[in-house]
Amino acid sequence: MNAPLPGLLNDNPTLERWVSFPAPGKVTVGTGRVEFGQGVLTAMAQIAADELDVAMERITIRSGDTELTPNEGYTAGSMSMQFGGVALRQACADVRGLFFDQAAKVIGCEASALSVRDGKFYRNGVSTGQDYWTLAGAIDLSIKATGAGRRKAAGELKVVGKNSARLDLPAKIFGERAFIHDMQLPNMVHARVVRQPNRGAAIRSVDEAAIRRAGKGSIAFIRNGNFLAVVGENETVVEAAAAAAANHVTWQNDEAPMPSQLEASWLLQRPSIDRTLGAPEPADSQGHRRVGATYSKAYLAHASIAPSCGLAEYRDGHLTVWTHCQGVFPLRAALARTLKLDLSAITVRHVQGAGCYGHNGADDAAADAAIIALQMPGKPIRVRWRREEEFVHEPKGTAMVVKLHALVDEAGKPADWTTEIWSGTHQGRPGGGNPLLGGEALPDPLPLPPPSDVPEANGGGATRNAEPLYDIPAKRIIHHLVPETPVRVSSLRGLGAMANVFALECFIDELAERAGQDPVAYRLSITADPRARAVIEKVAQMADWQPGPPTGAGRGRGIAFARYKNRAGYAAVVVELTIDEEICLAHVWCAADSGLVVNPDGVVNQLEGGIIQSASWVLKEQVRFDNGVASFDWETYPVLKFSEVPEIDVSLIAGGDDIPLGVGEVTAGPTAAAIGNAVSHALGIRIRDLPLTRERIMATLLKT
Amino acid sequence: MAQSFAFTVNGKPVSVALDNEETPLLAVLRNELGLMGTRFGCGLEQCGSCMVLIDGEAEKCCAKPIWSVAGKAITTVEGLGARERPHPLQQAFLDEQAGQCGYCLSGILISAKALLDRNPSPTRAEIAQALDGNICRCGTHNRIMRAVAKAAAAMRAGASA
Repeated sequence: MNAPLPGLLNDNPTLERWVSFPAPGKVTVGTGRVEFGQGVLTAMAQIAADELDVAMERITIRSGDTELTPNEGYTAGSMSMQFGGVALRQACADVRGLFFDQAAKVIGCEASALSVRDGKFYRNGVSTGQDYWTLAGAIDLSIKATGAGRRKAAGELKVVGKNSARLDLPAKIFGERAFIHDMQLPNMVHARVVRQPNRGAAIRSVDEAAIRRAGKGSIAFIRNGNFLAVVGENETVVEAAAAAAANHVTWQNDEAPMPSQLEASWLLQRPSIDRTLGAPEPADSQGHRRVGATYSKAYLAHASIAPSCGLAEYRDGHLTVWTHCQGVFPLRAALARTLKLDLSAITVRHVQGAGCYGHNGADDAAADAAIIALQMPGKPIRVRWRREEEFVHEPKGTAMVVKLHALVDEAGKPADWTTEIWSGTHQGRPGGGNPLLGGEALPDPLPLPPPSDVPEANGGGATRNAEPLYDIPAKRIIHHLVPETPVRVSSLRGLGAMANVFALECFIDELAERAGQDPVAYRLSITADPRARAVIEKVAQMADWQPGPPTGAGRGRGIAFARYKNRAGYAAVVVELTIDEEICLAHVWCAADSGLVVNPDGVVNQLEGGIIQSASWVLKEQVRFDNGVASFDWETYPVLKFSEVPEIDVSLIAGGDDIPLGVGEVTAGPTAAAIGNAVSHALGIRIRDLPLTRERIMATLLKT
Repeated sequence: MAQSFAFTVNGKPVSVALDNEETPLLAVLRNELGLMGTRFGCGLEQCGSCMVLIDGEAEKCCAKPIWSVAGKAITTVEGLGARERPHPLQQAFLDEQAGQCGYCLSGILISAKALLDRNPSPTRAEIAQALDGNICRCGTHNRIMRAVAKAAAAMRAGASA
């Protein structure tokens, strides 16, 4: 009786989608996970190298292809290693087992007498002349996984757990054609979409002559309902025409977000879908002191360094789409719905793009190319969004308001805890039935799905990390899902975890202060979880944490902690900063426990990146509205610069878990809260609304 | 009416015929010359993904009209080195694993090259300042700065050897 298959292997049982042996000495490993700079393909190759006992150099990774690879949904939520990696391990173990059985049969011995090194079989240490490739012809890998192969124990792993140079980096360091943006297909034409301002907006007029004049070259117009695009062979001409087009197309029923909708508090006045999770609310305060505070975060942009890009070709009734989106299978399904094609008539292939940090414009750019390709059969279409288009039209990370109230006992510890959240959804992905942007402009756009957010079973959206991990007798979450937001919103790195952890961990500091306790000691006094204690204690030691009251002298330090989704990786962060009108980050320390570490240097890289991106969100970032989205370039949406980045020390703690837990998102919340706590420590006053810009700090100082 | 523009790219003379003399150098490199290493990020000379050396100075080229570079010497990331003969900067970026998505790296390598050409021993603050015209969205800044410092040390050692 075999153990149950890992879920993703159960969903994708055909072994050859995971492993194949295409030529002597070569191994192809398939994964539904896709690379966007997080190093996932290198980690997958390490896993396969270990389980198959072949050298890394023999492995070619095939990733995100609806024809060829497993369907693993989205590469998101820091789940690639935890779920995709485990499925790949079992698939490799099954394949290895099949080869052992076949080798034993051919050699005429017990499988137990055999060992394999770099794909070659040895009998009692002596070469047998047999290897994976001599045997491959006799093994049918189109069969289904059984789970019969024994996965190696942690102690047997030789490649997993050691630093491995990223497979994708050389192409990016030597300026090779590493990105989808660099793809050129024969007879390809360039296209840009004239974006519909909002669902329901209709084209009133198009001044084609003016747009042609602006392009200074040959272009054609593609029109389908309110979907309008400019196409041509010369990208410079097409780009110039598209940039000018907004001034030469008029719309009716267009709406634009207003400055009054900018503040997160606007959400409080909107209709919402409400529910309560957790313990019922107590009838009274049970003699405890009631304490509360309200925190918020602004709308954030993914702000990928590269504008989204998609290519498509419709030939002989088959649509092929190249995309850098996070899920080729969900995109294929959404394209089928939008374009009214059969799934079997569409192939979607992943090609690397720049970092996306969640659901950005990638799916929409691919859909744009597909819509145009259907109208120009036989012509490969390349759509590359303009910078302004990316900022204005990518789905944003929603604003959130998080109101916390606690009943505090005589020892100053929380006896009862409520997290009340107002938020747009964190689930706008096309896989959830949500529309592709270009599809909204087509005649008879698909109906919108009912409002929803990511279910708690998947880690939650607005409710992600809304429950403190601390030992508190009664805890609950009140969730107000606000279906209508001023801009389209969807998944941004960490979803609700950043705002929730910011709120929770700042509030914990406020409770510690009320109790007259040091923030580190206070956290440890309400945490039994040994892995939580370990990262908190470690980071305090790294930062040489000294208890002390707020200085009010412009120099401060803060700590914060979270376990991502309360069930994945642990991270604790200490931030040291100075404030002289503006915040200057001096140093960040981080201790993290992410279970089994596949590529330690890759994990550190992800943790550092999460810290810096979160610092950027907290110090600088906010999507502005002013009769439209007014953050449309890097000057109106500034991010952290090299000279503003602090030095960072990261330490990994082995928590004794043999499952890798993912690290891309674990530091975002703790970093945000540690900065918030350090600001409070430095100024002696608490700022509860993000971002912590110079203007906000000055305004708060003036008020007090 | 097509006009001809002559300049050098990575040491080789090139000439392109274009209808529009305002065509950005970046579009010429990518679409006319097939040099895809220099990336498009914004088209607004803000993000630095398109940084190239023009007569030795690091400059953003996504909005630089082709007429303005006639007769000049352009160096792109492809001109720094290749896998079989990496530039010390590229070797240091590999050694430090200084990249996540890597889209910004071509421009950063060029900015770093310009820095090391004028200052062989930059401090962390000087490296940061030299790279402030380049955006890295993934948060790989510290590795990148370490790699530049490491390349500087390697180049100093190479120069004195």
